[in-house]
Amino acid sequence: MATIEEPKNKLKLYSYWRSSCSCRVRIALNLKGLSYEYIPVNLVKGEQFNPEILKLNPLGYVPVLVDGDFVVSDSFAILMYLDEKYPQHPLLPRDLHKKAINYQAANIVSSSIQPLQNLAVLKFIEEKVSPDEKLPWVQYHIRNGFAALEKLLKDHAGRYATGDEIFLADLFLAAQLHAAIKRFNVDMTPFPLLSRLHEAYNELPAFQNGMPENQPDTPSSSTT
Amino acid sequence: MEHKSQQRDLATSSPNLVLYSYWQSSCAWRVRFALNLKGLSYEYKAVNLAKGEQFSPEFERLNPLHFVPVLVDGDVVVSDSYAILLYLEEKYPQKALLPDDPQRRALNLQAASIISSSIQPLHMLSMLKYFEEKMGPDEALLWGQSCVEKGFLALERLLKDFAGRYATGEAVFMADVFLAPQIAVALMRFKIDMSKFPTLGRIYESCKGLPEFVGSLPQSQPDAEQ
Repeated sequence: MATIEEPKNKLKLYSYWRSSCSCRVRIALNLKGLSYEYIPVNLVKGEQFNPEILKLNPLGYVPVLVDGDFVVSDSFAILMYLDEKYPQHPLLPRDLHKKAINYQAANIVSSSIQPLQNLAVLKFIEEKVSPDEKLPWVQYHIRNGFAALEKLLKDHAGRYATGDEIFLADLFLAAQLHAAIKRFNVDMTPFPLLSRLHEAYNELPAFQNGMPENQPDTPSSSTT
Repeated sequence: MEHKSQQRDLATSSPNLVLYSYWQSSCAWRVRFALNLKGLSYEYKAVNLAKGEQFSPEFERLNPLHFVPVLVDGDVVVSDSYAILLYLEEKYPQKALLPDDPQRRALNLQAASIISSSIQPLHMLSMLKYFEEKMGPDEALLWGQSCVEKGFLALERLLKDFAGRYATGEAVFMADVFLAPQIAVALMRFKIDMSKFPTLGRIYESCKGLPEFVGSLPQSQPDAEQ
């Protein structure tokens, strides 16, 4: 069993409740038993451009992890950093082929689905095409990505995406499935494997505690 | 169709590598560059995206998202350039594309991710085609330009204090592998003014001087059209 590594200083996570990229990291921190200070950044209000935030993260993106002197943003880079520094509950399998499946599933979500549903893109579609086009646009790209994920994972899934243990793919999938179902009303009938995975993630406290509705900055009126 | 690689490390090259690629795909370009850097020879299999060959049943079996690149290494099939890079890095560790230093390692992963998630997917050809249909070619071009500029601004800030000759110092790593093709596309397709991004411009000039990069250029590929 891997040593439980603890950070020397408390970890800080700059996060937005609804950011699915932040959600992935929140789940990882929970799985690894790492406590952290949650620093909310309201993206809708443009708080990522406040001078104090920009000083720390000139990119204006969330999530950002601060570990003592070490600052890293981008969920993929953060997850790889966490996995190397705090090896308890490893996020990657040992087998290289299985590892590659995890990388592929994660990237289907992070390159082919999530970027097409983020605030800036939706705003653009709303302004330049029409507000009615937003939802069909997002649903189209989610369905496309989900169809690919069903095929990719078909021969590898067990209780979870790539076997009977939780790995990197599950973190990306859980966050994306939550958004697809709760926010964008995607019909999951064509995606039996992903539907089953979504149910499995709902049973795990580490996942549930990372979900948008359970964050310090979740608006009290929000149900998703 | 054998790819003529400039450097060949015969002791560690794999005769089983097959790369499905399209000459103009910047994502495939990243992998071609990486394979050259690692001295890995491979069989080049062209997928003509303009003719819709990515929708053939055979290719769909390899990548249900219908994107290139796809790498086949014996019985392992890996699609997505980011996943392919990480796979190659572990399977063929020669000429490491990720530094050992945790800060620089994270920077490389982050820079590559900005390109592969926040820039390229928003302006890839199928996306531009959709925008052209919905809002006309001028708006679509403006959209592409703004995606690139937003991403390049982020990268300029990210790399400013770490770049040397290359993105994160004096050696080529994953960030450069993603960045150089992206800058090339930015110049060709979107006419981005790189003087706004001096660090990125300098990195690009450095990469252009590498034989491994030259060998990966679209016009050097077997399926390049004149």
